Amino acid sequence: MAEFKIDKTLDCTGMLCPMPVVKTKKAMKPMEVGQILEMISTDAGSMPDMHAWAKQTQHELLDAKDEGDKFRFLIKKTH
Amino acid sequence: MASENGNNKPRRLALISTKGTLDWAYPPFILASAAASMDWEVGIFFTFYGLPLLKKELEASVTPVGNPAMPMKMPFGSENFQKINWPIPNLLMANIPGFESVATGLMKKMFKNKGVATIEELREACIDMDVQLIGCQMTMDVFGFEKEDFIEEAEIGGAASFLSYAADADISLFI
Repeated sequence: MAEFKIDKTLDCTGMLCPMPVVKTKKAMKPMEVGQILEMISTDAGSMPDMHAWAKQTQHELLDAKDEGDKFRFLIKKTH
Repeated sequence: MASENGNNKPRRLALISTKGTLDWAYPPFILASAAASMDWEVGIFFTFYGLPLLKKELEASVTPVGNPAMPMKMPFGSENFQKINWPIPNLLMANIPGFESVATGLMKKMFKNKGVATIEELREACIDMDVQLIGCQMTMDVFGFEKEDFIEEAEIGGAASFLSYAADADISLFI
């Protein structure tokens, strides 16, 4: 993973659909354009869902990683 | 914003919620909150048995009676024990007093253990993200509901209001 400066971390461990995307949306709201959110989840559905979420919201999914026991996403706020 | 459709208008999801049992209360609130998380405009029209989902205090329950597809599993005990499906004949379930509240309690417990949000939490998330919640006037009249029975965010409308909203929707679903 390339090094990014993480501005905020959101832990969605243990949450099932649709809470990871709901919490991500809420966490992004007060952030400034260009800032980066790190989201951690354990829901296996969050991998396809975060890709779909980024496509729809047009925020930039910088990284999406399956780390075995958890998933880690880096999202850059673009608007 | 969300504009895969080539202009600056956000996508729109129009849902009709017609079932107020605990299991069927989930799909509209899950889809609505997920869509709102993606910056879509969302409206849910609550009609017939879906209407009580707008009540201040939610009382959604579930019954496995007449629902052969519903797994009957226990939310406690060892992992293998929790995987056991307990097939109970309809005739028996229907005659045990309180079976429905037991089934409702078990489902709520199982959902909580697995990390599923409650209906209350999902509804709150929808309100937080400005999902439009529209109660059906005709159902209110038929079943005797008053506007005061519902959460203050609820609006009231009829079939024409929903259709007018859905006419500009990208996706419309009847649940």
